[in-house]
Amino acid sequence: MKRILIYLLAISYPAAVWAETNGKSNDLSELKEQLRQANEAFERAMQQHQAAVTTIQQRIQALESPGGTSHPPAVAEAAPSPATAPVPPPSQPKTWSPADPIRIGGAQAYMDVGLVGTFAAGGSTADDIEGGTELGGHDPNQRGFTVQGVEATFTGAVDPYLRGLATLNFSVDAEGESFFEMEEGWMETVSLPANLKLRGGQIYSEFGRHNPTHLHTWDFVDTPLVNGRLLGPDGLRNPGAHLAWLAPTPFYTELIFGVQNSQGETAASFRGGGGHTHGGEEEGLPFAYRHADNDRGVATFSDLLLTPRLVSSFELSDEITLLLGASAAFGPNSIGAEGGGDTRTEIYGADLTFKWKPVDHHGGFPFVKWQTEGLWRRTGVGAFDWSAEGTQNDPGVLLDPATANAPAILDRETLSDYGFYTQLVYGFRKGWTTGLRLDWLDGQTGEYEEQGLLVADGSGGGAPAGNDLLRDARWRLSPNLTWYPTEFSKVRLQYNYDDRRDIGIDHSVWLQFEFLLGAHAAHKF
Amino acid sequence: MKRTLTLLVLALTAMLTAQAKLNVVATTPDIASIAEVVGGDQISLTTLARPTEDPHFVDAKPSFMAKLNRADVLLHGGAELESGWLPPLLQGSRNGKIARGAPGDVRCNEGVAMLEVPVALDRSRGDIHATGNPHFLMDPVNAQVVARHIATVFAQVDASHAEDYQANARRFVDDLNARMAVWNKALAPFKGAHLVAYHNSWPYFASRFELQLDLFLEPKPGLPPSPAHLAAVIARMKEEGARVIIVDPYLSRKTAERVAGETGATVVDVTQFPGGVKGTEGGYIATMDYLVKSVADALGRGSSTR
Repeated sequence: MKRILIYLLAISYPAAVWAETNGKSNDLSELKEQLRQANEAFERAMQQHQAAVTTIQQRIQALESPGGTSHPPAVAEAAPSPATAPVPPPSQPKTWSPADPIRIGGAQAYMDVGLVGTFAAGGSTADDIEGGTELGGHDPNQRGFTVQGVEATFTGAVDPYLRGLATLNFSVDAEGESFFEMEEGWMETVSLPANLKLRGGQIYSEFGRHNPTHLHTWDFVDTPLVNGRLLGPDGLRNPGAHLAWLAPTPFYTELIFGVQNSQGETAASFRGGGGHTHGGEEEGLPFAYRHADNDRGVATFSDLLLTPRLVSSFELSDEITLLLGASAAFGPNSIGAEGGGDTRTEIYGADLTFKWKPVDHHGGFPFVKWQTEGLWRRTGVGAFDWSAEGTQNDPGVLLDPATANAPAILDRETLSDYGFYTQLVYGFRKGWTTGLRLDWLDGQTGEYEEQGLLVADGSGGGAPAGNDLLRDARWRLSPNLTWYPTEFSKVRLQYNYDDRRDIGIDHSVWLQFEFLLGAHAAHKF
Repeated sequence: MKRTLTLLVLALTAMLTAQAKLNVVATTPDIASIAEVVGGDQISLTTLARPTEDPHFVDAKPSFMAKLNRADVLLHGGAELESGWLPPLLQGSRNGKIARGAPGDVRCNEGVAMLEVPVALDRSRGDIHATGNPHFLMDPVNAQVVARHIATVFAQVDASHAEDYQANARRFVDDLNARMAVWNKALAPFKGAHLVAYHNSWPYFASRFELQLDLFLEPKPGLPPSPAHLAAVIARMKEEGARVIIVDPYLSRKTAERVAGETGATVVDVTQFPGGVKGTEGGYIATMDYLVKSVADALGRGSSTR
């Protein structure tokens, strides 16, 4: 009924204006003015009509959607007439009160929920895939199929002052054992003064480009070797907090300072037990040939993990953006015997990201992204006496030929490990990318590796321990091809050529497939 | 000496007032072009997306974070067009003035009657937006709504120039009303004519000028055209006598040309953003002028050969 009235008004008003003024004057400008008025009236009517229709549609939707009966559309959405009605008020969302429920679903949810499932299938000539050729905790871990991770993300505004996020990951290891991880779970401030932002909870350390990212954002099937070895299979993340300051420079500069616990498997290079984690390089002798026994707990501030990062970005042209970062991580480690000394680890990193995207890209394509990270780790390892672990007749005990095959006594020393990855990704047409990554790792040979130590075989003698496989030189080359049918799914084929000193060459082929349900986190740079 | 001092003081005052300008960031160039008219000399305007690029997939450059950090007002569509890149920038901006719900957070679609609001959210239908089709500024009536909205916000945030903003918005609305008559007249002969678009960015334009926009080269929003779908489109175009294909600068003109070659249709370069194609640099009204003229010309040519 109302609609019909609006139609009648729309038709009759211009006619009425015309009829009323027709006899009076033929002045052209006046006619023009009348036309304009008529037109305005028509627009008004149309707009009112549209608003009415929209309101009705929204009511219908609210009625049709399950459970969505209660909320009539806001006044602002009901489209006032552009020519007469007061201008819509600026956004004034309903003030949240703690009594309000947390709702899921629809465009008005208080929380965005997303689920990503990432899987791999393939094979390798290597027998030691998990922790051998692949160092990341969510990398393909066996021939056949791997559940790399099924990850749920919950995020949203907590209240006007805070934002919260939780990422929970479910995976299956090579033995078929399921495991659950809380990757992230934190809250952060929305607008602190002085350009500061504080985040606290279970957080990723802001170290370089790869470390703070999740599996589904990676451009390759697996973790870069340098991240897997120097920061740990699951990356560097732990309970803690960081403060990030956006500098008032004309270009983007951010300074981030993190403080976290230094123990646990997600701080592998610190008091994480020297890489003894799921998916770690855990076969054979422990890191630096000494067990991680030297756990002193947290006594002072310096027993925490400190991670500063400085990052800047420059636009070289309308199409080229450069990002440069420097990161470090300092904290205690537990490598060596109890009372073996106050040993610490320092990790330094530098990263460079270069991105080209033309000004008339279609769906984000084409683009070229070149990303490189170099890391250097200095690990102080405490003294260690193998006689505490057994005698020369116990298999697995480390023996020293210089002392008539008595259990070895290892001195305190500082070990240096370093490596880099560099990767180039070319999005050559919408939905298609091809990439090439080079991984390289090496370390300075430690004194303990040069002593000619033996691993006891139970007969009083043993086999040469050789180089520390957890620090040995290796490199890898990985070409791949990815198809994104939409932003919500992908299929990726990757080949890895692995060359490990003292082990040899291996070939692996992995097919990765992924789906995403629900909220899709926006793309960060 | 005294004169030098006076000059110095004047220069300083000028500098200070220059700095006191309202710092406005607009996500897309169409919104920016309206803000420019409303804000005039009183604002300093930054636009994030460029007119030739796909607004759904703008790179979240870190420099945008620095720009948003200094903004007094953020103008965005409010209809998820920017949802693929704006949220992390906003989170990094640490700027309470433009935080969600703050006076400087301007959702331009407020007060706009959104078209194609989905009844249910289902991604098997392609990339649809929960709040409706986000390309609402292609209807000049919606541009009027947005101009008034922007003026209200500017007047609220920068009360000293409130009257300027309101007057500028009124003038813009009047200008649009005047042009509207011209545009209506230019497209009146083609009421009900079929338009084919690559992507569904044009329902607001079509409904305003009563054109029929029901064929798209994309099988579903965001999906690349498949040969089977294009064959179907070609058949439908022949059946319906659709003679015009409109293509945004960031979409594949080649695909459109191939379809045009099969059907004898004309490919028209269109843009939602001032500066997106040559001849639209002058702003919102210039862009609409261009759109109406090029679409009317193409439809005219189509009907003369029919």
